[in-house]
Amino acid sequence: MARITAGVATSHVPAIGAALDSGKAGEPYWQPVFAGYERSKQWIAEEKPDVIILVYNDHASAFSLEMIPTFAIGCADSFAPADEGWGPRPVPTVKGHSSLAWHMAEQLILDEFDMTIVNKLDVDHGLTVPLSLMFGQPDEWPCQVIPLAVNVVQYPPPTGHRCYMLGKAIRRAVESYPEDLKVVVFGTGGMSHQLQGPRAGLINTAFDQAFLDTLISDPVAQSKVPHLDYVREAGSEGIELVMWLIMRGALDDQVKQVHRFYHVPASNTAVGHLILENAGS
Amino acid sequence: MSEKPYHDIPGTTLFDAEQSRLGYHLNMFCMSLMKAENREAFKADERGYLDRWPMTEAQKQSVLDRDWNGMIALGGNIYFTSKIAATDGLSFQQIAAMMSGVTQAQYARMMLDGGRSVEGVRSKKEQPHG
Repeated sequence: MARITAGVATSHVPAIGAALDSGKAGEPYWQPVFAGYERSKQWIAEEKPDVIILVYNDHASAFSLEMIPTFAIGCADSFAPADEGWGPRPVPTVKGHSSLAWHMAEQLILDEFDMTIVNKLDVDHGLTVPLSLMFGQPDEWPCQVIPLAVNVVQYPPPTGHRCYMLGKAIRRAVESYPEDLKVVVFGTGGMSHQLQGPRAGLINTAFDQAFLDTLISDPVAQSKVPHLDYVREAGSEGIELVMWLIMRGALDDQVKQVHRFYHVPASNTAVGHLILENAGS
Repeated sequence: MSEKPYHDIPGTTLFDAEQSRLGYHLNMFCMSLMKAENREAFKADERGYLDRWPMTEAQKQSVLDRDWNGMIALGGNIYFTSKIAATDGLSFQQIAAMMSGVTQAQYARMMLDGGRSVEGVRSKKEQPHG
């Protein structure tokens, strides 16, 4: 059967992708950001997942205001990098896992998570920047990826608790898939940042560090934190952090921290990153 | 405007149902700038291009003025209005500086120094003029 062995959380700041794509990764501003992922690249090269379930949000690239799915799963065989207004990122096309994605969609719906099924989905920096951080700049991505898009643009996003419970349902769905596959779940976005209005540039390191601690040690408590706390403390875009709870919900209650990294700033944003393994694996 | 618990957060407009209804056409205009030919058409005749969209006059003027906070107040969402910035060749950090009323150099310095502190900007109740 398929099984989830680990979870990865990371910010998905677009400027990180731009820095990498334009050869600026070694510059003093960016070097500390990429240095935080060196350990991660080694880890994932050894972990060798067959499939990544990548929880992210679209930023008005594939979804406009015409349709706003709260939870959407990409069931296609491939996903092209989106043109976000200055041409697509020069990264490989993302290969999907259609069979597992459809299985997940069916199981999740019967498990009372009413997923939107998406067969054509261009993927923006929200999905491709985490892949770049973990894999660098390969000619093709070394594993298949199932995009799981969460609305965090139109307020309100799903609650932290709903996200956490979706993570648990994803685990049940994956474990009922007959093929022997190693699956890693990514939760992306955050950490504290606000991109709009006079409060733009907000960073709250104390909130971010407490979030990391509680997400690891007491995810049930973190899942109960209301949206208002995220918005007030971590900024209007910091609420993306609810997506990390989907990753956490897909793991054991007890996890082993393999890696933890935090850095301010990347453009307007605090960068946070975790690698967690199931304590039993 | 109905009162929401997040309305007391200073300098922050959540893109909720009310804002989304207000800004639908403004944001869909922004979305059209994802296509290169539309960016060219907009740059060639901004007013004429805006007149193709059923936006309010105030919304059109906020775009012409590049009044980034004004667009947000009139229902714009930052992920949409940033497409105008991309068309202008401006980075997210440049418009963030404009929205927070400082120069780009000041804003970049603030971020390098750890970002804007949350102290004093959690709630309007913390601020001297409400």
